[in-house]
Amino acid sequence: MKRAIFNDRLLPYLLLGPQLIVTLVFFIWPSGEAIWQSMLLEDAFGGSSRFVWFRNFERLFDDEGYWASFETTAIFSIAVATIGLALALLLATTADRSLRGAGAYRSLLIWPYAVAPAVAGVLWGFLFNPGAGLLPYYLNLMGVAWNHQINGNQALLLVIAAACWNQVSYNFVFFLAGLQSIPRALIEAAAIDGAGPGRRFWSIVFPLLAPTGFFLLVVNIIYAFFGTFGIIDALTKGGPARSTEILVYKVYSDGFRGQDFGGSAAQSAILMGIVVVLTVVQFRFIERRIHY
Amino acid sequence: MVENRPWLTVLSHLVLLAGCLVIVLPVWVAFVASTHEAATMLRPPAPMIPGTHLLDNYATVLFEGFGQASRVPQWLVLFNSLVMALGITIGKIAISITAAFAIVYFRFPLRMTCFWLIFVTLMLPVEVRIVPTFSVVASLGMLDSYAGLIIPLIASATATFLFRQFFLSVPDEMAEAARVDGAGPLRFFRDILLPMSRNSIAALFVIQFIYGWNQHLWPLLITTKESFYTIVMTVSRQANVQDGVVQWNLIMALGILAMLPPVLVIVFMQRQFVRGLTDTEK
Repeated sequence: MKRAIFNDRLLPYLLLGPQLIVTLVFFIWPSGEAIWQSMLLEDAFGGSSRFVWFRNFERLFDDEGYWASFETTAIFSIAVATIGLALALLLATTADRSLRGAGAYRSLLIWPYAVAPAVAGVLWGFLFNPGAGLLPYYLNLMGVAWNHQINGNQALLLVIAAACWNQVSYNFVFFLAGLQSIPRALIEAAAIDGAGPGRRFWSIVFPLLAPTGFFLLVVNIIYAFFGTFGIIDALTKGGPARSTEILVYKVYSDGFRGQDFGGSAAQSAILMGIVVVLTVVQFRFIERRIHY
Repeated sequence: MVENRPWLTVLSHLVLLAGCLVIVLPVWVAFVASTHEAATMLRPPAPMIPGTHLLDNYATVLFEGFGQASRVPQWLVLFNSLVMALGITIGKIAISITAAFAIVYFRFPLRMTCFWLIFVTLMLPVEVRIVPTFSVVASLGMLDSYAGLIIPLIASATATFLFRQFFLSVPDEMAEAARVDGAGPLRFFRDILLPMSRNSIAALFVIQFIYGWNQHLWPLLITTKESFYTIVMTVSRQANVQDGVVQWNLIMALGILAMLPPVLVIVFMQRQFVRGLTDTEK
């Protein structure tokens, strides 16, 4: 709490005004509309709509496609979070050793963060393009028929790979910062006591990195749920046969392509609930981190 | 290093080299593709060694345009991206720093309500409430305009939170001294708080510029005129052309152009970038 404060009746509202107006117009109003719309049923011929309480939600929960999308999202986000975190941890612990050229490695590993998810999707789509791509050619020589435009499992693998590629540098930056904040004296003391590199990692480094790891886990799940929209849109558009249609993509494709506004809004409302839960988890945790 | 273990050093180099290879591979393949003729791209596998058409391809993309989704010269689209990215970045920093100033240095009714309102609601990503946000922007007549590209995205909980944290760490004596010397709140903000926030602003600038430049879904929805397209959405549009021959060499040139500015920002502002990432999440 600040002791020194200024007194002015009007000024604080003027300072807050722009942010509040943008929030009200572009965040609260649409969110409210999404919840309202999730309880309306649009006439098949457009135009009129009527209030149906929770019918859209019931319809959604009876829809096998929605549960399939839930399952896809679960597989996708667990894979992206675990693979992305494991690789980043491996790279960060190795880059933290005082190697020759460690600085160059670090610079080479952090820039994929700057590549837009949609562009990352296009790059990976080209790399694995069944007609023109580099890798399917060699995969074919090895006897693997690669075509993610037809094969749903391959499509899912590909979006997972692209998402990890895009996110690994973010995790790397945080793990590296975490590693560098571990006092050297601890490591040296353990080494003098005869603990080898493996023992030092599991007994000292890993537990001290756990808070960073947990924080990253939440961030990565949020990323896999929502931030990967561009990758999916550029790479598979949710296909083939909806095999890569994660929840956030389904909101978009049902709403804009399927014109099912009620169903799309109901999905939005459910996703908002998920975001709020994840955010609360994240901030409860960050609060603890700030007050150490 | 604590002790000398040669095999571990070799292993570390191998791990890091493999990591860098996987990171660089897709971009290298894209870059090489952007230096070849269209005909080369139709014969798999895609080449690994640069060709001779680099200037031709980039000139075509930048000054002529190609295909269905980019009939306008693409320098225009790059310019749109720049306007959007800078607009979002500067807008976010400006409205967040004033909001944080109001919340930290003033006491007024509904102060905490405002703070939580900003905070909780802004956590909802655009993708989640995309249909209603679109209809709000449409009813305000902001489709196909720079205002529509920028303003809906400039509210920022992270930036507000970051500035609030920073202001809370500024000693109270600063504000007291300023007040004793007869400086009003705005004078204090301009002459003391702003210069002190320089580092935070630089770090936020890097993060938000990347965020703004990389927007995909939003411009895709609210622009229908090619003169308002942005580069990131154009790349994915081009790659998903259904009929006709896909001109991979030109698409990849477009992709390289789309990632160049944010990558350069990271490369040249690496320190601010790392600071920005780790600070905004604290």
